[in-house]
Parts: sequence; C-alpha cells; structure tokens
Amino acid sequence: MEKVYRELVEIVGSEYVSNQPEELFIYSRDMGTMLPSTPDLVVMPNSTEEVQKIVLLANREGVPIVPMGGGLVLSGLTRPLKGGIVMDMKRMNRILEVNETSRYALVEAGTSQGMLKAYLKKHHPNLKHSIPDSPPIATIAGNVLIHGSGHLSQTGGFHSEMLNGMEVVLPTGDIVKVGSCSASPYWISRAPLPDLSGLFLGWAGTTGIATKLSIKLYPNRPFNDARAFITDDVDLVADIIHQFTGTQLAEDVTAAANYIRGRTSIFPLVIVNYGAESQDELTWKRNLIRASVKKYIEEKTGGFVPMPSGLRKDLIETPNPTMTQTADDKEGGGFEYVGSIMPIELFGEAYRAGVEISERLRINNGMGARVIGGHCMMFFYGYTFNRAVDADVELARNALHETNEAALKLGGIPWKAEVPAQKQIIEYMDPNTFELMNRLRNVLDPKGILNPGNWEV
Amino acid sequence: MYELQFDEKICKKCKSIDCLMRCQYMELNLEEAREEWDKVLRGEDSWVLRDCATCYACEEYCQYGNHPFYLIVDRQEEKDASPVPIPLTNQQLIVMRPRGRIASQKVQAPVVNMCSFPMLTGTIRGKLFEGASIIGGYDIFCNIMWLHFGRNSVIRERLPKVIDNIWSYYLKDSGIDEFICFHDECYGTYTHLAPAFGIEVPFKPIYLFEYLTKRLDELKDQIHPLNEKVAYQRNCSNRLIPETQHWVDDIFERIGVDRVEREYDRENALCCAGTIYAQQRDDLADDVQKRNLDDMVAVGAKYCVFNCPACMFTMSDLVAERGITPILMSDLCHIALGD
Repeated sequence: MEKVYRELVEIVGSEYVSNQPEELFIYSRDMGTMLPSTPDLVVMPNSTEEVQKIVLLANREGVPIVPMGGGLVLSGLTRPLKGGIVMDMKRMNRILEVNETSRYALVEAGTSQGMLKAYLKKHHPNLKHSIPDSPPIATIAGNVLIHGSGHLSQTGGFHSEMLNGMEVVLPTGDIVKVGSCSASPYWISRAPLPDLSGLFLGWAGTTGIATKLSIKLYPNRPFNDARAFITDDVDLVADIIHQFTGTQLAEDVTAAANYIRGRTSIFPLVIVNYGAESQDELTWKRNLIRASVKKYIEEKTGGFVPMPSGLRKDLIETPNPTMTQTADDKEGGGFEYVGSIMPIELFGEAYRAGVEISERLRINNGMGARVIGGHCMMFFYGYTFNRAVDADVELARNALHETNEAALKLGGIPWKAEVPAQKQIIEYMDPNTFELMNRLRNVLDPKGILNPGNWEV
Repeated sequence: MYELQFDEKICKKCKSIDCLMRCQYMELNLEEAREEWDKVLRGEDSWVLRDCATCYACEEYCQYGNHPFYLIVDRQEEKDASPVPIPLTNQQLIVMRPRGRIASQKVQAPVVNMCSFPMLTGTIRGKLFEGASIIGGYDIFCNIMWLHFGRNSVIRERLPKVIDNIWSYYLKDSGIDEFICFHDECYGTYTHLAPAFGIEVPFKPIYLFEYLTKRLDELKDQIHPLNEKVAYQRNCSNRLIPETQHWVDDIFERIGVDRVEREYDRENALCCAGTIYAQQRDDLADDVQKRNLDDMVAVGAKYCVFNCPACMFTMSDLVAERGITPILMSDLCHIALGD
C-alpha cells in the first residue's frame, strides 16, 4: 500500500491522501448498525481526471475503491468491506451550470444538498431542487445514485427519476457520459437515447464512479403551506394518500405513524405540502386538497389538524428539522432505518408489521412514509440507539433484519439496503435478474475493484 | 351527577332568543330561532348543533344567565353532533389526559396557575410577578376546552379531580386558598362553568388582569406610558366572564395605550378561528380572520394584545404579516415597566 499511497500523493497532493489511523477510523463506519471496516487509504480527488487516474491505479494494483459522498447513507454502504481506498468526493463540489429555462442544474458529484440549496437561493431564487430529509451535507449524487427521495418526490418521483444525465468513470478508467449530454451540449434529459443510467443507479457504487450529474429543478413558489390530516384508522391512510395525490397539486405527501412502546399511540397523520404563486392560488389549492378528502371530513372519520405556526414552519422547511432531531432521540448518535419501497395500499399492513416487531423485540419504532409520485411509497421503520451501548446496537440491528424480512414478505423492497439486507433481497429476486446483474458487473468491472462485498451472494 | 343548572321555563318565556339571534356565525330570523331552540330544548336534533362555531358568546348574550351554550354542548354530545372530526377529539383526549404524576409542592403567594401552557412560564417574571410560585401541567389542566369538542362528559369526569389536585397538592398544605389564573379559560372554569354544573370549588381564583392592575398601581412610578394604539383580541372564555372586561381598559389606561374603537371588539368580538379550522370550515375561518385583521389594520393598531395563548398561536403570524405586533397582555405590561 505504500506504493499506492505515494502514487495517490502524486495524483492529488499529500494534503488529500491519508493513511492516518484517526482519519481511517472516521471512514470505517457510519451512524448505522453495520460493523466498522477500515480502509487502507482515503483520497479526495479534485477533478474527473484525478478520479480517472486513481481508478487506473487501483485497477492496475487490484486495490478496491469505495466512492463516498456525504457518508450519510446509514446502511454502511461506504464501508470498505475488503479494505482498499475510500474515495471521498467532497472536493468536487462545483456547481457548473444552472439552466433557468429548461430547469436543470449540472453539478459535480461532491456537491451537497445544502450547497445547491444556498446557491439557488442566491442566484436563482425562482428555482429549487428536491431535498431529502437528511442533514444538508448529504450529496446530490449520493442521493440520486441510491434512488433517494425528497420534498418534491410527489411531483418528480425518486431522485433518480429527476436525473438528466451523468458523467461516470468506469472501473476500467474509461470516462463515459449517459443521457442527452452524450450527444449534445445540453444536459436536459435521459431520452431519447438508450438509457444507460440504469447501469449506475441503485448499484451501491459497484459499477462506476459518478463525477458529474444533471438534475431537474422545479419552480420555487413564494407561497407555501403544509397541512396535516389525522385519522384514527390506519387502514384509511392509503386512501387518504391516494386522494391527496390524485389532486396532482401536492409537491410532497408524507405520513407519520410512530409507535412508542408503553405509550398511548399517536394517531397517523398524512402531511401534504403544496406551493403557489399567490395567496389566492394557495387557498384555491388548499380547498381542492380538502375537497379530495371531503368524504372523511363529512363522516368525521378524519380531518385537518389546526397547527401552531412553529410546527407548520417545520413542515415547510427543507430539510424538515424535526427529522434529524427525532433521529437522535436516544442522544446516542445512532440511527438506522429500513426504507421499504412498496405499494401505497400496504400502509396499514406495513404499520402493523412494525408494531409486531416493536412489541416482540421491545424496541420503539418511528414509522412513516414518503409518497413517490402517487405510485408507491418509501415506508420507513426508524430505530434509534446509543452507539456506546453494544446491546442497544445489537437490538437495533436485529430489528432492522426482522423488518427487512417483514417488508419483503409484504411485497416491499428495502431501499439502499445494507449488505445483509442485500442478501435477503437476492433471495426474493428472480435468479435471472441477479444473473444479469452479475454479468453486467463483470463486464463493467472485470477485476471487481468497485465497492466489493455489495450485491454479492 | 353534575347536572347543568338550566331552567327550561326561562327559555320558554324568552322573547328575544338572543342566544341564536345575536350569533355571529349563524343567521336565523326570530321564527327560525324559536323553532330551532325549541328542538334543542326538547332534546331533538337541530342544525344549530352542527353549525355552532362553539365561540361561547351565547353565554354572554343570554340575558338570564341560563347557560344556552352549555346546553348546546350537552345536546351535541347526546346527538353525536361532534363539532370536530372524531380522531381529532380522540387524539386530544389522549394528549390532554391527566398523567397522575402530580407531586405535593409548597407554594407561596402569589401563585400563578399556568394550566396546560407551561411553555409560557417565561412571562411570569420581573417586577410584576416578583416572588410568584408557578403551578401547571396536565394534572391541573382546567379541561374547559372540551366545550369546543362537544364533550361535556369529559369536563364532568375530569374537572372535579383537577380541582381536588390543585387544592390537595398545592394550596391546602401551603395555607393558601387563592391563585391567579394566567388564562381566561381557568378563571371562566372555576367561576362560571363549575358552578353551572354544580361542581364545588374550594379556592378563590383571581383574574390575571385584576392582579396586573393592582401591581401596576403599586409600580406606577416605574411605568413608561407606551402611547400606542392597540387592538384587543377577546377570547372565547371571556364570554363566560364579561364582568372582567373592565380590567382590560384599566390596564390599558395605566400603561398609556389606546384600545381603539373598532367593529369587532367587546360584545362583537370575533373568534380567533382556531376552533373553526378544527371544525374543517376553512372558508368561514378565513372570512372571520380576514374581517378581524382588516378591522385591526383599519384602526391603525400597533399591537394586537392577547390573553389566550391559543388565540395567539392561531393568529400571531397573520397579525405580524399585517404589520401588527402580537403580544400577551403580561408582556405588554413588562414593556411599560421596562422589564
């Protein structure tokens, strides 16, 4: 590794390579339950060309590389399971282009959610991008590549669906472009060409290293509101979501249904966010959204909750600050969740599965969902734990395993799955699909240097 | 148990039906009012039960003190005419339930009862409240809010225990038999609602504004008159205790502010509309708030003064957006005293 270290210094400079134990320690873990796995080296490239040189070096030497954005995936996907190099992309954080008319932003892969939000606010206040409820240091690329979602997912779907195109360094060192940018100076779309972006989306960094990407932007409305609809029947939630999304007025639809053992249950809430160009338009949208659930209001089986302005502000804020506060409710720095992509109609069953696991394992469960385009939802089961208490971590790990299994049995698929969950998914997967994944991966990465240990049996 | 002190004969003789005729949220002519009120008296369903905004004002409008609003709420419950969605009511039943975690505490006068608004304890400070003891929490929540939910049964069930908690855990062993109600709701509960239901109250509630007025008199040398125009947002609970209204004027006079004459003040005050939104009647709530705010702006109010925290939570952003500063009465007094 000494030779590799020296060559990395030549590529990026000594300030941006480390083999020091205290730095390797940081890169060996995330806030989730997966056990640490220490890299041999950490490197921070500053350009696509430097990424290419590092990949060629690793390829020549047979050294694994794990690309990393914000390192906030929580399911341990950036731990170097077989050692080698962690490639931290945060220096590549330039915002290269914002197209106002066609509403897209071209950014380098280390650009964070917070950076783009701040940049747009300052230079393009009429535009915004979809922001996940993670800390602002999470990267745009990381969230797109894991099929993330955010506060515009009702409008635009998964963040991967908001992708217009990418520049990727393949495991062999080739630099490729996918999307319109491969044949045009404009990064506007993945159509009409063969859509090669799927070779890199959802693969946990095993098929290529994204260096640039273009994402869709959306109008940033001056008037915004959020309303929370309450019901005491969890089986009504799916239809309430269906009605809200049917209006096609909502930017974001989420639901909360926490289960705290030993405490009286808080009733499920469905939260709908929407924006407008004027107060009149906002009121008009509110009325249409209300009309969509008129049946429940008239039956008095549900209704909108009057909210103090502080709570309403939190619901409109992106990212929602209460999410990160809730994630540390044990004040032990540990949080991980199963985000199961599943049909909306499974909301009630998914909730009951979470309650059953909570009761059986004696663990609290922060449950809820984000609706994706009105077509499916990311139902999450959040477990907090104190990282300093081994038994606490173990309990959360078991709960996650049980939850992954329960979600798969229901017909859901865990999102950004940690390695044990990947294996659970593969058991449910059509063998031919998994075989195709392996064949593609062997073609792209014949030496198996990119994030090895993921998506393997 | 805890029967409403209501005399049907008084209503039968009433010629004016002020309870309905003066309602700001329902429109009836005298004949309709008589007809619908007769239904209420007979225990029959009436659209009045379903359209009532639960603003409490008919308790003030009734010339005979015959508790028409409390009767409406009883009837709403009997007829399953819940004014708000059932899950919202059930959720509040859980959230506002007594926790049984109250512990004995020695208190000293003046004792301020914050009820279920401990988040506003910060306003109990400075010269106005020197040496005050503060009590509060769900175990002494006055429970009057169930009037908005058509649930007098909850009041009948929980209020006697609340009264006993205050007396047993705080006052009795401290040798104190009175406390200041921070909120109109508590004062209205103990001086108006509890007697109307025959619930005994062993202590003497003191109205916050009476206390403030007296303290301002004691501190009059330190008052810097504010010389501002203010609008007062009268809350629903104050409809139960209109005899306290003069304290508002007394305080304003002492701190040098002008409660400018406006359309929606005093007996004609409009609800903050929080409850109307909870009833899912957004259009009515929008209209009520707009009229109220337009009225405040038209008279050039600099401050909108609240006593009810719930009104303030509901209206503060809207008031601020119209260039008026939302403020609690106690905080306005603090400003006048330089605290």
